[in-house]
Amino acid sequence: MNLALKDIQHGLFRFVMTCFGLGLLMTVVFAMTGIYNGLVVEALAVARAPAADLWVVEAGTKGPFAEASSIPADTRDAVARLPGVIEAGAVNYQNVEASHAGKSLRLYVIGYERGRPGGPARIVEGRALDASHFELVADRKSGLRHGDTIKLGRNRFTVTGLTDGVINSGGDPAVFMTIADAMALQTELDPSAERVQVARNATSVKSASVAAVIARLHPTADTALLSATVRQWKHMSALTQAEQEQLLLVSVVDKARRQIGLFLIILLTVSAVVIALIIYTMTMEKLKQIATLKLIGAPDRTIVSLIVQQALILGASGWTIGLLLILLVEDYFPRRVVLEPVNAAALAGIVFVVCIAASALGVRAAMKVEPATALGS
Amino acid sequence: MTREDVLIDLQGIAKHYGEGETRVDALRSIDLQVRAGEVIALLGPSGSGKTTLLNIIGCILAPSAGRVTLDGEPVFDGHWLRRDLRRLRLEKIGFIFQSHNLLPFLTAEENVSVVLDLARWPADKARERSRQLLDYLEVGRRAAAKPALLSGGEAQRVAIARALANQPRIILADEPTAALDSKRAQLVMDLLRKLAAEQQACIVTVTHDEKIFDRFDRLIHLRDGMLSSDGPGVE
Repeated sequence: MNLALKDIQHGLFRFVMTCFGLGLLMTVVFAMTGIYNGLVVEALAVARAPAADLWVVEAGTKGPFAEASSIPADTRDAVARLPGVIEAGAVNYQNVEASHAGKSLRLYVIGYERGRPGGPARIVEGRALDASHFELVADRKSGLRHGDTIKLGRNRFTVTGLTDGVINSGGDPAVFMTIADAMALQTELDPSAERVQVARNATSVKSASVAAVIARLHPTADTALLSATVRQWKHMSALTQAEQEQLLLVSVVDKARRQIGLFLIILLTVSAVVIALIIYTMTMEKLKQIATLKLIGAPDRTIVSLIVQQALILGASGWTIGLLLILLVEDYFPRRVVLEPVNAAALAGIVFVVCIAASALGVRAAMKVEPATALGS
Repeated sequence: MTREDVLIDLQGIAKHYGEGETRVDALRSIDLQVRAGEVIALLGPSGSGKTTLLNIIGCILAPSAGRVTLDGEPVFDGHWLRRDLRRLRLEKIGFIFQSHNLLPFLTAEENVSVVLDLARWPADKARERSRQLLDYLEVGRRAAAKPALLSGGEAQRVAIARALANQPRIILADEPTAALDSKRAQLVMDLLRKLAAEQQACIVTVTHDEKIFDRFDRLIHLRDGMLSSDGPGVE
């Protein structure tokens, strides 16, 4: 006879509501874990999108993501000529805010050279850029649809295609356009300001500089040697893909990551305390019944099993409800929620340990109760 | 009377709490024998040591001195002689409580079969025995009901069935009729007497209920932790 299940069946509604409450708490833990992962994934997404092996940036900067970087556009030719380089392309990055369909859109503009590295890795709808100007490929998260037009700066762009999963560390979805359009967007003056400059006969502020040049290398190429070669050039520095990703994690998302990480630890602690309290209370409510069981001859293992089984059923139910709920609502979060099977497994492990530890409190109380307690009225 | 007829044999039982100036003697040098088939009542004012004595017989409380022999097996002689007292209770003793103490999450039948489950009876045999007992005690039709849905009398009869389930030879009852009206109280006592005779068990009851004094073979009075009288029940 399974006393744990019989007791649960007896107070089924209350037990289900307790599991649901715990499930909601688990949902928050899953959400925070997913947001924590999402932050890292999003931060790395833009750096990984061009599938580069080497990043050539302005010397003394942590560009182009952690710091601003500006290098001459023709650096690309010099990089492309290096032995071991298969192809190279200039890229530019900037944030813009635009209005679309009555809403304000914050976008991360990536300028690249058509036919060279730096463009979207895959097109999920529509096509890549064909024309030299006024076309863009947008990430689906932007809300832009294939065929939409949007005004950025002084020009109107047509969305020719959609890509997926390219979001910067701030959570802004990316749009890809030609580097010429991106540079114009960055440097073009408002018409009235332009007229003033012309009237003053001032030199144009436009300059042919890009944020970085990325290169794809031959598998046998010596990345360290290439980096060293680039560093010998005046005003240039080179980072491998791994260094660029490390820089992003350390400089750009580190504080946010630590903040969420700390919050996650607090949340797990709160969850552990709540689970312990629920199990302890459930046991305390049954002390007289436990005393009766002891009096009629139930061994300790029967009583321990009653408490531990209920704790584990509670934990497993809360974990399952939490997982189902987060899978249902994860797409409604404004930032990416990335849950890996290993996260779910880790939380299951934590919940298991917490349930066992919490049971220990209840078991201790149950072991202390004297069988004679049952004789009192 | 053979030695085998004595189911409870207490020799020089004493129980005190505290030491020195704070020492309280709950029981002093109690000698008591209860034979198979006997139904006895422990009487006395509050604090006289009735419950302490019941707890010692039930192996719930260790005496400070003396010897306890239950169903021919010495169980206490300065210390417990059996390591697993719960197993001992399961095998030899049945308890009936003032407030029946049925497990609220089990049905009437399950409340009886839980004892047999603990005694490792096969499930089908346990169910059959529980049914038989409930039928015998005329609560078979309430076998599927939870304790909250049973009347006081029904619940007490289920509790008696539970106490008898593993066929113990010693039944300890703590105010078993306190929650019942006088008619039901006498019915319950008649039932216990019948069961004691049939199973050759003894029943030790703590009670204040004068209406059932005539149902006992012996009335044992305790006062200040000592036996003050041990005589036949009221005719």
